[in-house]
Amino acid sequence: MLPDPRQFPKNARAALSDEILQAAMKRLETGFVARRTVAAGRLPEFEALRDAARDIKNHTLAHLDAYLELFEENCLAQGGHVHWARDTAEARDIVLEICRAAGAKTVTKGKSMIGEEMEINHHLEANGIEPIETDLGEYIIQIRKEAPSHIIAPASHVSKEQVSADFRKQHTGLEPNRPLDEPDDLLAEARAMLRQKFLNADVGITGANFLIAETGTSVIVTNEGNGDLTQTLPKVHVVLVSIEKCVPTLNDATTLLRVLARSATGQEMSSYTTFSTGPKRAADADGPEQYHVVIMDNGRSEMLSGPFREMLRCIKCGACMNHCPVYRSIGGHAYGSVYPGPMGSVLTPGITDLPSSVHLPQASSFCGKCEEVCPVRIPLPKLLRFWRNEAYEQGLITGVARWGLSLWAFAAKRPGLYRFFADLQMRLLSTLAGRRGRFSSLPFGGGWTRHRDFPAPQGKTFVSQWRAQKKDHEKRRGA
Amino acid sequence: MSATGPNVALFATCLVDLFRPSVGFSAAILLEEAGCRVTVPVAQTCCGQPAYNTGDKTDAADIARQVITKFADYDYVVAPSGSCAGMIKHHYPQLFADDPEMAAKAAALSEKTFELMSFLTDVLNVPAIHGRFKGVAAYHDSCSGLRELGIKRQPRQLLSGIDGLSLEEYDGAETCCGFGGAFCVKYDDVSDKIVSSRLEELARTEATHVLGGDMGCLFNLAGKLKREGSTIQVRHAAEVLAGLTENPAIGETDD
Repeated sequence: MLPDPRQFPKNARAALSDEILQAAMKRLETGFVARRTVAAGRLPEFEALRDAARDIKNHTLAHLDAYLELFEENCLAQGGHVHWARDTAEARDIVLEICRAAGAKTVTKGKSMIGEEMEINHHLEANGIEPIETDLGEYIIQIRKEAPSHIIAPASHVSKEQVSADFRKQHTGLEPNRPLDEPDDLLAEARAMLRQKFLNADVGITGANFLIAETGTSVIVTNEGNGDLTQTLPKVHVVLVSIEKCVPTLNDATTLLRVLARSATGQEMSSYTTFSTGPKRAADADGPEQYHVVIMDNGRSEMLSGPFREMLRCIKCGACMNHCPVYRSIGGHAYGSVYPGPMGSVLTPGITDLPSSVHLPQASSFCGKCEEVCPVRIPLPKLLRFWRNEAYEQGLITGVARWGLSLWAFAAKRPGLYRFFADLQMRLLSTLAGRRGRFSSLPFGGGWTRHRDFPAPQGKTFVSQWRAQKKDHEKRRGA
Repeated sequence: MSATGPNVALFATCLVDLFRPSVGFSAAILLEEAGCRVTVPVAQTCCGQPAYNTGDKTDAADIARQVITKFADYDYVVAPSGSCAGMIKHHYPQLFADDPEMAAKAAALSEKTFELMSFLTDVLNVPAIHGRFKGVAAYHDSCSGLRELGIKRQPRQLLSGIDGLSLEEYDGAETCCGFGGAFCVKYDDVSDKIVSSRLEELARTEATHVLGGDMGCLFNLAGKLKREGSTIQVRHAAEVLAGLTENPAIGETDD
């Protein structure tokens, strides 16, 4: 599968015939989806919390400039550094500069989708610095030289047998007969391999789930504790974050944390929730000597000022993709974008461009399940439709999808003409189908009949039949 | 037919109008039996959703304007579809956000537009409908009806009065069938995967029938069931409720 959203149809077909991926998608349903349902059901105020979470984000987005400046002020006051990046290229250069100034040879990394967005690993490697992913999922896909297929479970497309084989290939110095069949074995091996890397790293890079303006704090949530080792052991801690992650207060962050874990994994809280405020102080037992926060825009301020603002409420829980019938059919890689699923299909055209990602907003049945489960109530179908609208207006929808629609609309706006042709066509189809009641193929109907039969119409249209019956009725009454 | 009951315009929807007139007649019977005076405005074609969801706002607005004008003078507008009723109820007002005069008209139409099942139960207070139909039916909740209009209990309530019919809930009832309008032909492989999952879930039940309230979903499910050689029959619930079941089920033969 190619990491290019232009290849979506081809990627999707490949994904559908990938048995390992299909098995992984089934696990998603019994895992995340079932657990979220239980977690949401157990908390009586869950729906009210979602409203509160939405309101916090709406308020923050309406005053985002002020809160980001407040964050900067408080972060600096705590001895931290704040760097502003307009796009991924600027963000990459800032991170490289920090690593170079620290004389870094190896860098440990916690999970960061902003890091994926700016392709930081590639950039560091190209400049002679070795990045080491420490989240188990990220570590697995780093070994496999793959991109994440899910925003919170990056290796959810990989089977444990594949991981076992990858570990044996990668960790050649270990006993070849060691057991690697169970997830616990795999975890123990990854832990053992990573321990020394944590201690040796010169810089630790993490993402952030939130920035808290009133205290200048960054927050990460993890289930493995790798984030804590990444950010406390090296002498430099770099936080990669995008502008919309800022919230006003600690209280606000708490509200959002309560909906985040429940929506993401069905947990009440993640195993670790870590607040970082500035570098190590004199009285602290441990912590980095330097604390840097790189705040990236990359298209978001433009989304903020237009119809896509609501997308920036996203807290990256992954519930929309876990529940999406399209994502669950094809997995994350088929989208060919950093962010897959419904949220990715709205975000990607905003942070890249619409012509290259035009498939993504189209590849939805508008079933609305994503909006139903979104913890901050983002109207994802509405935003996908906004992109379809943009695409149509920019002339990106072409061929039969465009002229077919125009032809249909021309008729639909002329009821008399529409009725004449509709009756003619339906009677023709009905006659052609005869007593079979359906077609197994139709000219120009391949998109439907490749996989399904096409039920035949009953005959003349309803409106014509109704009108004829009324006339008949009136005639009889008149006679 | 009541001379005093509400004056209801039946918006047949393009799929019922073109492919399944028996659903239109069933809807008319159900409305008349509940005391409504039913009119079928002749100038109806479609709600405009194909254009709206493709991003063609201009054509969608033109078609919406036509519906808003032709259906303005009735007490209620009723459609045997959650998807089309949802379009009129929730999306028409959004189409005219920049045109206060049309927006007001769209809002007025929105107020009085209902999906058939929910209109019968929630507006006309019909408790259940008496009739006969033999079978075990899995009800498929269509996404628009379920999520845009909150339709879940209503069809089940109405069907509870049908002798010989038992309802068996299936795991895929609330999950998309893979239709999604143009989606199902544009990304036909993905759509096929989705509908196949619904078929797997149906196979785990005793269902002899699938019932639903939206022709798009029913067409898709029937098309796939027939392709796979399944004996499960698919019908719009209105046909069962109105007793108009002499016609073959969707995609079925005469014999």
